[in-house]
This record gives sequence, structure tokens and C-alpha cells, in this order.
Amino acid sequence: MDVRKTYKLFLNGEFVRSESGRAYRPDGSVNVPRGSRKDLRDAVRAARTAFPGWAARTAMNRGQILYRAAEMLDGRAAQFLELLGGGVRARRELDQSVEALVWYAGWTDKLPQITGTVNPVAGPYFNFTIPEPTGVVAIVAPEESPLLGLVRRLAPALCGGNVVIALAAESSPLAALTLAEVLATSDVPAGVVNIISGQRKELLPTLASHMDVNAIDVAGCNGNEVKAIEESAAGNIKRVIKLTQREQSPHLIAAFMEMKTVWHPIGV
Amino acid sequence: MAITKKQTAELAKQVFEYAPAPEAIDHIKIQPRYGLFIGGRMVDAHGKKRFPTINPATEKTLSEVAEADGVDVDRAVKAAGKAFDSWSHLSASRRARYLFRISRLIQERSRELAVVETMDGGKPIKESRDVDIPLSAAHFFYYAGWADKLEWAFPNRKPRPIGVAGQVIPWNFPLLMLAWKIAPALAAGNTVVLKPAETTPLSAMVFAEICMQAELPPGVVNIVTGAGNTGFLVVSHPHVKKVAFTGSTEVGKLIQRAIAGTGKRLTLELGGKAANIVFEDAPLDQAVEGIVNGIYFNQGHVCCAGSRLLVQESIAEPLLEKLKRRLSTLRLGDPLDKNTDIGAINSRAQLEKIQGLVESGVEEGAELYQPECVLPERGFWFPPSLFTNVSQSYRIAREEIFGPVLSVLTFRTPNEAVEKANNTPYGLSAGVWTDKGSRILWMAERLRAGVVWANTFNRFDPTSPFGGYKESGFGREGGVHGLLPYVELT
Repeated sequence: MDVRKTYKLFLNGEFVRSESGRAYRPDGSVNVPRGSRKDLRDAVRAARTAFPGWAARTAMNRGQILYRAAEMLDGRAAQFLELLGGGVRARRELDQSVEALVWYAGWTDKLPQITGTVNPVAGPYFNFTIPEPTGVVAIVAPEESPLLGLVRRLAPALCGGNVVIALAAESSPLAALTLAEVLATSDVPAGVVNIISGQRKELLPTLASHMDVNAIDVAGCNGNEVKAIEESAAGNIKRVIKLTQREQSPHLIAAFMEMKTVWHPIGV
Repeated sequence: MAITKKQTAELAKQVFEYAPAPEAIDHIKIQPRYGLFIGGRMVDAHGKKRFPTINPATEKTLSEVAEADGVDVDRAVKAAGKAFDSWSHLSASRRARYLFRISRLIQERSRELAVVETMDGGKPIKESRDVDIPLSAAHFFYYAGWADKLEWAFPNRKPRPIGVAGQVIPWNFPLLMLAWKIAPALAAGNTVVLKPAETTPLSAMVFAEICMQAELPPGVVNIVTGAGNTGFLVVSHPHVKKVAFTGSTEVGKLIQRAIAGTGKRLTLELGGKAANIVFEDAPLDQAVEGIVNGIYFNQGHVCCAGSRLLVQESIAEPLLEKLKRRLSTLRLGDPLDKNTDIGAINSRAQLEKIQGLVESGVEEGAELYQPECVLPERGFWFPPSLFTNVSQSYRIAREEIFGPVLSVLTFRTPNEAVEKANNTPYGLSAGVWTDKGSRILWMAERLRAGVVWANTFNRFDPTSPFGGYKESGFGREGGVHGLLPYVELT
């Protein structure tokens, strides 16, 4: 007889049930926690607390942690292939997810060199522009390719030093919830990634209107959802990231970041 | 021979009288009426509605300007759409040449532009002459050079223009904000419909003449005047693919909401409540000048103004003493006078907003200091003001006043300074004053703001990206980063 796994939310580095005690059965058999608005609130709080520490990690350290996540994901290939339904498509999705983590792991210590600038201003100032993480980022995983869709946004967001609240795909949340186990064994500090499963209809409005969320990625959302999210996002001028799902570039990393310009005086 | 302390004190007490030195305006031709700049020429507005634009220093009407309605905006957007086909396919080096031309024409007509800017907006002529106009020309010059080098700005990608950009700008730096909007848009191959602020449309009308003089192809730049409603029509027009707005956070939120779900690209440059942080090792006299420049420049009508002064407790007393003394020497009056430091408040509405917030500061318990200052009888004026005894919860410490009003707070440790500086929903700019280079960078790393000035304030350069964190908006203007909002990357 199998020892079955109880699927849990990943919140502040811990595997917990929804505070609401609710569950739903996306595939008709497995109980998945149905996260609540209060779970989101707790996740945002955990993320905000974790933000300064994660942003202050050295670029290389963040890169090594992302690379470690790639190792862990690859090491659990069999489990993920099963969750993704097996076959060629599942294999491709897993391989590309691992590849995305490796690719962005190598970007952490290069991004400022590519997107930062030294600006030749008129005057005695050393003027430079550097990317800085925007803060708490919400990511909505797409319903199709529930692992790759999530990883392709999670990796660039983390790469730049952001902290993340990820909403697992509503109809196929198991890969995302299992990805939490990968992250939990990759030295990702508690609170840096929080993964919530549940109903989008219930959770998206809270995520989009939360005043302590700085940016929301909507690559996994449909047109109506994007409209509603953008309307709520205006409440605190959230950055709404709409680059296509296929985007894999330093521009995507930079979309989760702010450009800071410093005027440093020159003189004796 | 060394100057004794006594002599210095006497010098400081001395009052310097300045003879009036007004800039001549006889060579300036402001037309009694202006139409709209659509499709390369000035046309009458559809609705025949007009509104006056006044000189805020005299309350006299300078001109009557057309109020564009939905039909006008639609015509402007269509003209821009038509021009886009050819403009976006024009060889990039040609586009560059048009922008270089515009830059040169701004330089050639700089005196006229400076005077118009000062008459229409109320800012001191020395600021429009030395800051607004030269920076506007420089901005066009900088982006002119980018027009045929876009591939180098976005390696491995093919940058393409987006289409028609709808741009709405504020009244504090009318021509400069126009330049910040139009130059990168055109360099990247877009065409624009721009709406200047209702209280300061005239420099944009001169700019329309410059476009004609430059023989810019018709429709590449269209300028429609009007109030908020016209701006709303511009940003919400279905054929406008890119929206750029500079103005208040309140209106920025309305725009973000209004265009939700339309797929339009958006950049917002909104309000601020910048901290200007002075450490005890800062050169105090230099800091005083920087504080003055930070909050009294352009009557404080500056989104990145250093409106919260954070002073290290140990030097609060001497610094405030110097600052108060400096305030009493600021000359307020005729903006056209070359000696004027503080000009007129841009509009009656803005003056009332400033008065209301200053009253709230007094009511909440802050201590108001204003130097003795004779305000002219006509026009809109507000003396340079300074609040001490300010708590972080007071409205004057939280809300953008957009006037010559400084709130002074104190701190003890660098960490406390960071904490207080970041305690705001805004994040546009910040200032740090210290003699210690390592501390400048330590602070710069921690301040959540898009621009950090060290031992200076309110400095701008076309190569230097500008824009906010948090509720101060998103997107950057200036520098290579200023191109990104105007390109599609394939």
C-alpha cells in the first residue's frame, strides 16, 4: 500500500494547509488545499519580510541557489514526469524547466553589466544606473504547461532578487506544489517563494489589489483576467508584466526590476 | 588680509538691493489665438471652444487656446497613424536628421522659448533660460543620435516602433516634458499626439512652429490642447498604442485603470515626496544651497522636489539657522526679472492647494517659518516656507504639496534616515549630503527611489534615466533606458 502525499501550500518556507481548512479536487481524486485571501495575506507578509535579505545576497549566491534548484528538479525527474502526464510533452516541459533555471542562474551576476549603464552627464558627477529588484512579485502560473509556465517567470523574478507569491495552476496545481519541495531543498530562504493553490477567481482580485505587492506577472492569465488585474493594479501603481510566455531574456529579468540612477559627486 | 568673524557677520546682515532687470518681451509674438497642430499645420478646432491661458504673475490673458474635443483628437490620432506608415519606414539616419534639426531650432529660438515659458508658467526666467530650454534642446540632440543606432541598444533583438503614442504632460516644465516625451518616441520611429497642460500650452505652440520650420513630415507630431478631458480622450483612443503620462499619482491611477485590458503600453511618471538627507559631516553651506535648490526651484512645482528635509540631529540647529537666513535672501517677484529666485505659482487652483496643505500643517501642530516677504498684489504667489516640529504622520510630511514648502524632520543614525526616507508610498528621488563617499553609496543602495542625488539635487541630463519606484510610476525617461518604452522587441 502506498504512503500517499498530502499536498500543502508552501508558505514562509513551511508546508501548511490553507488556514481556511478548505480543499478542492482538481483531477477528481487528490485533495489540494484551496488557499484563501488570508493565506495570500500571510504569504505577502512572509515575502516582504524575506525581501531585504534575499535582495542583499550576493549575485553569485543567488545564482548558485537557482542552479541548485535546477539540480533538485532534474533529480526528481521521474516524479515530475508522472505529474505532468508522461510522454514526450512532459519530458520536454521538464527539460525546458530545468534549462530555464540553469539559464537564469547564470544571469544573476551579469544582469547589471548588461542592463546597467554609466551615463556621461554634463557636470562633475559619476552617474550610473543599476537594476534593483522591485520587491514582492506575484506570478500566476498558466493552466497549460503548469510547471514550465511557472518556472519561466519564477526564475527571472528570483534572479534579480525579488520575492515571489506564485499562484499554482488551478486545474493542475500538483507540479507547482511539488516544485515547492525542490525549492525547499535548494537553500531558497523561507518566504522568498510562496506557492498557493486555489481558485483563481477567488485569489486573483486579492493579489492584484494588495497594496504591498509591487508587481504582478500576467503571462498565465486570459484577457478578461488581465483587464480586471490591471484595473486593481492601479490602486498602488503595480507593474503589470505582460511579456509573452515564451520570453526568455534579460529584458524579462529587468521587467521585474527598477532602474536606479545615482549622481555621485566628483571632487577633491 | 583675513576677514574677521565680526566682518563676516556684518556682511551677512547687509542687504543687497537689486535694480529691476526684466527680460525684454517686445520681440516675443504671442498670437491672440491658437488652433491645434494636426497633420503638419495649425487647424481650427471642431467645437470652436476656447479657453484663455494667463500669465500667473499678472493674471492677464496671454492668448486663447483651442479646446480639442473627441473629433479633434480622432483627427490627430488618424493623422499620426497615417504618418506612422512612412515615418517608421523612413531611413533611420533621416529620422535622426529631423531630430537634430529640431534640437538646433530650439537652440536658435531659445530666448523666445524661455520668455514664453516664463510668461505662461510663472517660473523665473533664469530657470527657463538656463535649465528648461537648454535641457530640451539637449534631449532632442541626445535621442537624435539614437535614431539610427537602435540595434546597438537592444542586442540580439529587432527593435520596432510601436505606433501612435498618446502623451500627456504637466505644467511644471512644459517644453522639457514635451522633449522628454517626443524625442525618444520619434527616435524609435513612432508618431505622437501630445497634449500639453491647460495652463501652459504656449511653448508647445511655439514647438509646433518649430516642427513646421524643420519640415518634419506632416502628422509625425500632433499637438492638441485642452484640459483633463482632452487628455483622457488622447490616452483612451483605440488607435493609440502607447501611453505616456507625467503628472499626479491620482491621475496616473485613473489612466492605468482606464486603459486596463486594452493592451496599450504604459509609462507613468508621477508624484513624489523626496527625502533630502543631510549628515553631520556634510559641508553645511553647500547643503543649504542644495536644500534651497531642492525645494524652492521652480516654486517647488517639481515632482522630484526634496520636500522632506531629514537632518542629523547634531547639526539640526546650525543648519536650520543658516537655511532660514538663506530663505530671507531669496528674491520673490516678477518671473521675467533676471534676479528673481522664486516666481509665481502656476495657477490659482495650485495656490489654493498649497495654502490648504500649509494650513493643515499648522493645524496638526507643526511650526511654520516664512521669511519676511512682500507678495505682489496681482498674480499667484506663495512665500518660501519651512515647517519644523513635523511628525511623519502629518499631511505635510506625507502628501505631495507641489509648492515651495519644506518639512523638516530629524534623525540620529543612518539606519533611521533610511527608514524615514523610505516611509512613503512614493519613490521618485532622494538626496544625500555627506563628505563620505562610502556612505553615499551605502545610502544610495538602501533608498527606494529611482534617482539618488549626492551632494547635489534636482540635476537632470538627457543621458541620465529618470523615473520612479512604487507609486511614483514606472518606466524611465532619458538615457538608453528611455528608449525601451517606445520599442517593440521581436
